[in-house]
Amino acid sequence: MTPKAAHGANRRPGIRARFDLKAMPYLLISPYFLLFAVFGLFPLGFTLWVSLHSWRLAGDKEFIGFDNYGFLLTNAGFWNATGNTLGMFVMATIPQLVLAILLANALNKRMRGRLLYRMGILLPMVTSVVAVAIVFSQLFSPQYGMVNWLLETVGLDPVQWQSEKLPSWLAISAMVDWRWTGYNAIIFLAAMQTIPRDLYEAAAIDGASPRRQFWQITVPQLRPVIIFVVFISTMGGMMLFAEPLMFGSGRYDGGAAGQFQTIGLYIIQAFRERNNYGLAAAAAWLLFMFILIVAAVNYLFTNRIRGDR
Amino acid sequence: MTRAGSRGGVRLWDATVLTRVTLGFALLLSVWPLYWMVVIASRTVSDATAVPPPLLPGGNLGENISRALADDSAHLLVGLGNSFVVAGSVTVAVVLISTMAGFAFAKLRFRGRTVLLVSVLLTMMVPLQHVGVVPLYIMMIELDWTNTMQAVILPFLVNGFGIFLMRQYTLQAVPDELVEAARMDGASTWTVYWRVVLPAVRPGMAVLALLTFMQNWNEFLWPLIILRPDNPTIQVAIRGLSDTNYGSDYSMIFTGTLLSIVPLVIIFIAFGRQIVGGLMEGAVKS
Repeated sequence: MTPKAAHGANRRPGIRARFDLKAMPYLLISPYFLLFAVFGLFPLGFTLWVSLHSWRLAGDKEFIGFDNYGFLLTNAGFWNATGNTLGMFVMATIPQLVLAILLANALNKRMRGRLLYRMGILLPMVTSVVAVAIVFSQLFSPQYGMVNWLLETVGLDPVQWQSEKLPSWLAISAMVDWRWTGYNAIIFLAAMQTIPRDLYEAAAIDGASPRRQFWQITVPQLRPVIIFVVFISTMGGMMLFAEPLMFGSGRYDGGAAGQFQTIGLYIIQAFRERNNYGLAAAAAWLLFMFILIVAAVNYLFTNRIRGDR
Repeated sequence: MTRAGSRGGVRLWDATVLTRVTLGFALLLSVWPLYWMVVIASRTVSDATAVPPPLLPGGNLGENISRALADDSAHLLVGLGNSFVVAGSVTVAVVLISTMAGFAFAKLRFRGRTVLLVSVLLTMMVPLQHVGVVPLYIMMIELDWTNTMQAVILPFLVNGFGIFLMRQYTLQAVPDELVEAARMDGASTWTVYWRVVLPAVRPGMAVLALLTFMQNWNEFLWPLIILRPDNPTIQVAIRGLSDTNYGSDYSMIFTGTLLSIVPLVIIFIAFGRQIVGGLMEGAVKS
């Protein structure tokens, strides 16, 4: 904490040398903080300001306090979008985490071609959300889709993936999970490899089976990474946008009855179709609040993972 | 840390048959949608909706590519060009900004360092480009920047993850003695950064560049809002292609989609090892 003593080599503290020691660190970090101020902090505050106005495309703005928030909190469409977002978040995230941990555990075994497996399950990451959504929308299309064809082949009834609520959530969750499960598995794998091996050796000497070792050592040791992954998934899940957009043929309404409209779609619908900037900004702030709440709840929840249950 | 894979030995149990089957199935699921993209992109329009579905690629890829590139609703070539410009510029800038700040946070002492570093980590967690979409749009209108490349590029230069990654990398790859020695020789802070730090952290820069390029190549919401349909990025372009031809011409849609992922697939095949390594390294540090 004594900047002068830090560099004893500085024998002739001329003005330039002093400037170099004192100011250069700030100059080096300044580009990030300047950009953050302009494109991060300012928009965040400005969103709040816009949300307190009746603010339309034409530029007629009038201060209306919390009316936009009042409208949203009593608006059935907004709550429908909120329910859909939370529902799809849960539907996508829980299987994704379980699968990712199991996959990581499998990848952690000794075998030939490990890099190939790792790259293989990471491959979906190169595919953009738009591309994923296009391919999956076709796979899940009610008439010609491969999923319904498979269902009919094994003697089941075809499912109306688009028009019914739960099936549409399932199809969209499948898109999310396809893209992210492998990525999360790699993150878990990295964490698994840092678990001290004596823990496993001690457990093995005590006669613990691999399954028991997995539950009593691996999972508890992964706790910080699980919290991290859940947090990332929370942000991604709460902002779900491109998948339902493409699944609904590029429309913002999330299906004829809004059965898969997310908050992300609701915001952009208010913004682009209704040109209601104030409402869109208020919905964005509410979304931000929801993310904080859901993240906090998830933190408390994942924080309870312990060795002995 | 980098050699985590090779020290496995003792505690890694040998893979069982069940493990191999599980992984094989996971691999199949990972690859299948991409393979399906190739199948439909190389088939005729009627093949795409045939029952039972075709399982092997056909011979119409070339024809489908020329149809997709010529489609008026998509502007695929413009989209590919714009995406190279946007993702390339963001990558170069983010790598520069992140190595500079990463060096400062790792090796220099200054008042407020801890607080500033924590604030960078906090900004990593705020989804700025999404929560701030309305004011960003209003800003761009005021600046008269709508439908310009700088409007797409600048907001994505805010990348806390890059600083975090480069700080970790600098801590690990640049010994304090090296910095001290350079200072003894009278090197200024900038010279230390340019001559000592940058050469040492080159592998970390490569990983950050790969991840940043991939992420920005795939960015969708903000370009969709700020660019006009006739001047899109590639993601906006295939969205246009899909909207116009949905239900009628899957071959062409899938061809456009295939073209949109080709650059990333090439990068992934060429640098897959580094990407996997970089991701794993970043994960352990957090």
